[in-house]
Amino acid sequence: MRSLLQWWAEKRPSRAKAHGDSAAVTYGLKPVMAWMKLSPFKAIRVAQAGLLAIAICFSLGATDAGSRYTDLNHRLMCTCGCAEILGECNHVGCPNSTGELNELKDGIAAGQSDKEILNSFVGKYGAVVLAAPTGHGFDVVAWIAPFAVFAAATLGTILLVRRWSVGKTQIAALDTAAMDPAAREIREKIRRETGDDGGF
Amino acid sequence: MAAFGSLCLIIALALAAYNLLAGAVALRLLATGGQARISPERLADTARRAGIAGFVAVTMAALALLWSVFTNDFSLAYIFEHSNRALPGPYKFAALWSGQEGSLLLWAWLLATYGFVLRLTHKHDVKLYAYAGTILAAIQVFFLAILNFAAPPFALLPSFLAGGGIPDDGNGLNPLLQYPEMVIHPPMLYLGYVGFSVPFAFALGALMMRYPGEKWIRITRNWTMVTWLFLTVGIFLGMHWAYAVLGWGGYWGWDPVENASFMPWLTGTAFLHSVMMQEKKGMMKSWNVWLIFSTFLLTLLGTLLTRAGLVSSVHAFAQSSIGTWFVTFMGIVLAVCIFTYVLQHSHLKSEHHIESLVSRESSFLFNNLVLLVACFVILWGTLFPILSEYVVGNKVTVGAPWYNVVAVPIGIFLLLLTGVGPLLPWRATSFKSIRRNFVLPVIAFWVTVIICLIAGARPWVDGAFDTGHFYALVAFSVAAAVMTAIVSEFLRGAGVISRQTGRNVFSATYLLTRRNTRRYGGYLIHIGVVVIVIGLAGAAFNRNVESEMGLHSKMSVGPYTLECVGFTQDSNLNYNSEYALIDVYRGGKRQFQMTPEKRVYLITGQPQTMVAIHSVPSWDLYVVYEGSNPDTGQPIIKAFLNPLVGWIWAGLAVIVIGTVIALVPSLSPATASVRVPARVAPSEPALKGGH
Repeated sequence: MRSLLQWWAEKRPSRAKAHGDSAAVTYGLKPVMAWMKLSPFKAIRVAQAGLLAIAICFSLGATDAGSRYTDLNHRLMCTCGCAEILGECNHVGCPNSTGELNELKDGIAAGQSDKEILNSFVGKYGAVVLAAPTGHGFDVVAWIAPFAVFAAATLGTILLVRRWSVGKTQIAALDTAAMDPAAREIREKIRRETGDDGGF
Repeated sequence: MAAFGSLCLIIALALAAYNLLAGAVALRLLATGGQARISPERLADTARRAGIAGFVAVTMAALALLWSVFTNDFSLAYIFEHSNRALPGPYKFAALWSGQEGSLLLWAWLLATYGFVLRLTHKHDVKLYAYAGTILAAIQVFFLAILNFAAPPFALLPSFLAGGGIPDDGNGLNPLLQYPEMVIHPPMLYLGYVGFSVPFAFALGALMMRYPGEKWIRITRNWTMVTWLFLTVGIFLGMHWAYAVLGWGGYWGWDPVENASFMPWLTGTAFLHSVMMQEKKGMMKSWNVWLIFSTFLLTLLGTLLTRAGLVSSVHAFAQSSIGTWFVTFMGIVLAVCIFTYVLQHSHLKSEHHIESLVSRESSFLFNNLVLLVACFVILWGTLFPILSEYVVGNKVTVGAPWYNVVAVPIGIFLLLLTGVGPLLPWRATSFKSIRRNFVLPVIAFWVTVIICLIAGARPWVDGAFDTGHFYALVAFSVAAAVMTAIVSEFLRGAGVISRQTGRNVFSATYLLTRRNTRRYGGYLIHIGVVVIVIGLAGAAFNRNVESEMGLHSKMSVGPYTLECVGFTQDSNLNYNSEYALIDVYRGGKRQFQMTPEKRVYLITGQPQTMVAIHSVPSWDLYVVYEGSNPDTGQPIIKAFLNPLVGWIWAGLAVIVIGTVIALVPSLSPATASVRVPARVAPSEPALKGGH
């Protein structure tokens, strides 16, 4: 491993140099492409091939098999009040789970679709029998809100960082010239007194 | 004893009220320079002493309740409901927090204890401590008011009051609570919940008095870390209790009460990270203040969910109608926080300057973003059934399938940040630096993906894509990358020390950690989190079998063969029990015997499983004696093979060690010796290390 890393460290700059790419130490894919001797077109092809390989890898053996029973009993709740997934409910003397599991088996044996089976459970036990909100009506809000909040928060954070981002030179200027000397002295005093033993 | 306990609570309430009023008046006089017949300093000191006396009064009340439990005083309704004569001693002790009134008394006592320590150490900063002590007194007034008027622990049994005699025996403790962890899990959780009152009081106090600088953060840092540790340990003890007692083979069911303890943990963790931005850069002052406000409010919400029966929960051991009190108090706290913030927000103006999106500062921002979104997701999932019922009149269940889709990806992203954040330097970084720091973690990621796929941890089961297996694969791979990143940070630093001092790598790592305990303690905590995630991801590969087992019947799970070699019974004053004796074979050789148990408690007639667990690093063999089939009379045994569960508890141990290290002061930096002229004798302060 060490020799591999040494090879990486030694080889890479020389290849970048050989291609006349002086901006090897920058952000973006350009230095990587230069190092790999790739044109943009070839780079896209390589990326596509990589994604295809991963997709094939993950889909190997992905054939239709009879796992409906397990899948469905994990989409339903036990109704005895134990607040457990039907397929995982095993508490002593549960009065409901065995009956529910038998109903599920009967539904599958009768050739009902997943939707029909779930609807029959909802009709009998109410919407609380479903282990998660459905994708219809007000239930959709349960699914959308977390992702919407995550997206909004991410966007907000990026905008905040961009707003706060002033660059190296401006930081230096702010550190030295822009601040009132008295204020700077007070800040330094406070920082000295409050100490700084590292942290992360 | 009931009268004594009640008197103690009344006195404690009076003392807390005096502490609040006298403290508030004194601080007002100090702030405005007003005059009074007594100097504000002396008034503030009387308030502080009232707080100390209040601790003694609440302690006496708690001891009075314990005395009543141990002396079987069934004239008290609380003792009658939660204890009985045959209850073993440790569980009688646990009866203190097994019910509504007792657990509120525990809360009040812990708050009084924290306040006692705070008031004894007030000389660190008399004025700030006076503000914090007064705010703690306000919180204490609320809890003592509930204990005196809404949920009195020393209330007499109605039948006794009506002229009936004292019952011979009590109703006993809920069998689910008769487990060793229940003696320490609730106090730990409460130490965490109540402990967040202290940084909250300091933050609010510092804002009220426009405290200059960041010293208040430094003062409260250890409080916050200790509190966070208690909450962490409390949560994990609860998980272990659920694993060992509930008998369903899992440890986390996204139950509302579990979620309620997790939410303040998330915001508390965000606070512990973001205060570093304030300490280092003077940034995010308003954010930090609101983080600690939110954490405190979430601890109250957690208690509300546990105690008020707002949402249905398997943990609803003690429900009552104190919800209105909590909602009102939360409203008052929120109003005070908003009012103080609006009034004083100019004091929190920060210098926000970031050089690069790829920097330590940005990673802290994203860390806070993810932790807060995770908190929102859990709050949303917990409260959505109520919202749905309110909006469309249709109550729904938000269970594990929803959290697996919504919360698990966020958790994996957070895990990724756990590794990425510490690798980024402050201010800015370069492509070269990124490449140097991230090559090994990326290699570790892909190597782990390949190893997992080869070893059979593939994202499909029986030919169909399996979300759990996919997440497990991603979690293992990201965990490997993060572990590599953190370990390489240790080795890089240790390598430098090793070259400078000639020490071996272990000694150099020790010295590195001692020199910056906070940083490397923090890294250890991150390693603990990684180990826990590996353990959690193992759940995707759980297996179980269930069978009726007569004598010498066999069943197999994973590499083990279980043979039932007998059944036996036992009895004591508290319960009758049945055991199955199960010999476990591996590779044809007998390895050990397991004895899963089923108990029936005499006083309540309630059944309870006692799971037999054999734990090794690769998995837990978890055997449940479920009882007998009523049709055949045959005992039913369910066996689980739960991979990597032991890693979760090992990860907790690493987190505890890391936190303890982070609490230890770092070694002082080496100082250069100064040559002193021979004729000049060194001054005394200089000898003592002073200035």
